Amino acid sequence: MAIQSELDAILAGYDGRGREALLPVLWEVQGACGSISPEQVHRISHALHVPEADIFGVIGFYTLFHDEPTGRRIIRVCTDPTCALAGADAVLHDLCGRLGIHEGETTPDGEYTVEHSPCLGLCDYAPAALSSARAEADVALPTVTAASLLGEWHGDYFTAAGDADSALLKPTLSAAPETLAAYGDYRSLRRALADMTPEDVIAQVEASGLIGRGGAAFPTGLKWKFTRGTDSDIKYIVCNADESEPGTFKDRVLMEHRPHLLLEGIALAAYAVGADKAYIFIRGEYPKATAILAAAIQNAEEANLLGGAIMGGELALDIELRRGAGAYICGEETALFEAIEGKRGFPRMKPPYPTTFGLFGKPTAVNNVETLCAVPSIIEKGADWFKSIGTDGSAGPKLVSVSGHVRRPGVYEIEPGIRLRHFLDDVCGGLIGDLQTVLMGGAAGTFLMPEDIDVRLTFEDLRDAGSTFGSGAIMVFNQSVDLRDVLKRLGRFFQHESCGKCFPCQLGTQRQVEILERLDAPQADDAERLLDIGMTMTEASICGLGHTAGIAVLSALEKFPGLFKPLPPAPSPMHQGGEDQHA
Amino acid sequence: MVKNTIKLTLNGDEIEVAKGATLLDAAQQAGVDIPVICYHEATSPNGLCRICVVDVDGGRVLQPACVAECQADSTVETRNDRVERSRRTILEMLNASVNLSEAPDIQQMMADYAADEARFPDANVREHTLIDDNPFYVRDYEQCVLCWRCVQVCAEDAQYTFALTLKNRGHDTSVATAFDISMTESPCVFCGQCIGVCPTGALKPKLEWGLQQGWSADDMWQMTRRGRKRGRENSDGE
Repeated sequence: MAIQSELDAILAGYDGRGREALLPVLWEVQGACGSISPEQVHRISHALHVPEADIFGVIGFYTLFHDEPTGRRIIRVCTDPTCALAGADAVLHDLCGRLGIHEGETTPDGEYTVEHSPCLGLCDYAPAALSSARAEADVALPTVTAASLLGEWHGDYFTAAGDADSALLKPTLSAAPETLAAYGDYRSLRRALADMTPEDVIAQVEASGLIGRGGAAFPTGLKWKFTRGTDSDIKYIVCNADESEPGTFKDRVLMEHRPHLLLEGIALAAYAVGADKAYIFIRGEYPKATAILAAAIQNAEEANLLGGAIMGGELALDIELRRGAGAYICGEETALFEAIEGKRGFPRMKPPYPTTFGLFGKPTAVNNVETLCAVPSIIEKGADWFKSIGTDGSAGPKLVSVSGHVRRPGVYEIEPGIRLRHFLDDVCGGLIGDLQTVLMGGAAGTFLMPEDIDVRLTFEDLRDAGSTFGSGAIMVFNQSVDLRDVLKRLGRFFQHESCGKCFPCQLGTQRQVEILERLDAPQADDAERLLDIGMTMTEASICGLGHTAGIAVLSALEKFPGLFKPLPPAPSPMHQGGEDQHA
Repeated sequence: MVKNTIKLTLNGDEIEVAKGATLLDAAQQAGVDIPVICYHEATSPNGLCRICVVDVDGGRVLQPACVAECQADSTVETRNDRVERSRRTILEMLNASVNLSEAPDIQQMMADYAADEARFPDANVREHTLIDDNPFYVRDYEQCVLCWRCVQVCAEDAQYTFALTLKNRGHDTSVATAFDISMTESPCVFCGQCIGVCPTGALKPKLEWGLQQGWSADDMWQMTRRGRKRGRENSDGE
């Protein structure tokens, strides 16, 4: 009965809302009850006017939602490449051993469920874990061991700060980043509202040469101009904070340390395009950043820097923080819209593009966290200042996330143009061991060889080198690393995260991981199979996930062809020599 | 004069099509065959099977002909090496996961594109138990290619019944009712439209399935009669 009245109370808070409230409602119900039952789905269906089958489909799409009872506490240990290098498999094994269960199971007393997890964005504190318990806030845990996971937690962590020249990061970390005392009173927004038209703001951003930091590198000013130019009474700003690319954690650091920089950037974007509603869609695995942002929004509203009649003027802006629920695909902009609208996170067909038909079918400018964080300083210091940093093709400071075999992994603010070798040797404290390769751009990136690392870190240099800046992830592997294992984990990641909509990616990520799992003893034609799978996903998939799900494997086929060759047959008088074993 | 047609080159021939025509429309107009699996005239196109992809101006990615609009002065190749590789590989990967024995159209495509039935040995086959939970039709999701048409006609494309959804994601996706309840417990009104749009043998009338099982006409008559009667008794009794 207690649970019944709890559900009533939750649903009463969403009275009059529709399907768009589905993910927030599911989070609340699960938070109170641990999982979501058929009876609760029935009630939610009536309250939000969503078919029960659709709600069931939504719960099953997002891995952090459960429609069956779990342990009171769920511990998810990251097993993606960087955490694997730091011993994540052993932690998981040890943890399961101590609890007497297998991975994916719940202890008989109902206390613990243990699972592995895709990248948690704590690659500088590998191995990482996420702990979720009924009626408690989730906690992201750094450098875990089985003992620490079952005993006293050290739930706090700090990531390297910037230096005196940094524009995005700060030289010292504030103890209370959500307060305005730690940030100031939105000077750039004040200036824009007083002295600039929305067109002026767009012109400044366009002149600055700012291009998107989420991976697609689209010019930000142009995106805003298109959105502003589309005729509609309602427009939206959407901040893509669904950072989930393995090896990428720069947006987490920005949100945890500089939440008001992001909020001011969103307010400037809203003013520029003519939006009075903005959403921040943040991945469900970032509880610390979520809590800090929620507090920062409240503080900004209380200080009249957000909300109605901002600074006594005409600009009104409501910023809603939306929590994702475990789906990498929702970093794809149209899948992200679907998630906010309360649906399975399937990417839409494009065209139409978001600037004309975006969230709820309205013109929408969707920007990455780091992109929006660059805007206040552009308004404050001018487009020329921004352009003076970096190169013509890569204007402005850029954040990179470094993990793996360097002495000081973390997030760094760099001036584009710095050479990768210099960056790794002098900024990241140098390599640990002898370099084997660098995976540049994340799970969807390409491998750089030791002879390639004099490349300059710019969008254009990396493109010319056949690589990509992508999301700014740099994963460093020394000679001790078995790249077969890295490729297996990348393959598992994409197989787990494919949404299943289009055939090339749904089937291709599955076929790809099947072959990668047997790389210790590859079959004769496996290299050719991987090439066909990779090219088909790249050329025929619907969205960016499918287009890039085979890129690292295609790169490995080119750079490390030996990994895919069948092992020489064991010498034996009975040897059947050269015959295809699987005809 | 503003014209409402555009010109493009399709497989080397210049053609003129109505503005807004899809590449599939243009191909049909030119008498060129493009294979489709998920596309159906009666359902909203989702462009998800990607078997209809074509090469437009040698672009970075291929375009789904069923939904991509013709662009003026573009050059379209409906079947070149890139297109063939994608179509063949999609078919080979699909065949490795799904039982296509009752999908003659797709089997024909496999032959047309020289797809190797054994291209992916040791592949993970999607396994499902046949669901026989109502008197009217059976569901054999081992034959389901996930074209989404049944879910669409059950929802906004036709019936507004919302008995069906997609469950799980990625390669583990399947069509399902809420919490896998039986069709008789679901909102299903047994309109039969899902069966009508299914491109494989995944959904079929119970009569057809029964004949395949070797039941006699008399058995079938008894069964379906009993089924209906039982339905009435249930609704009276409860």
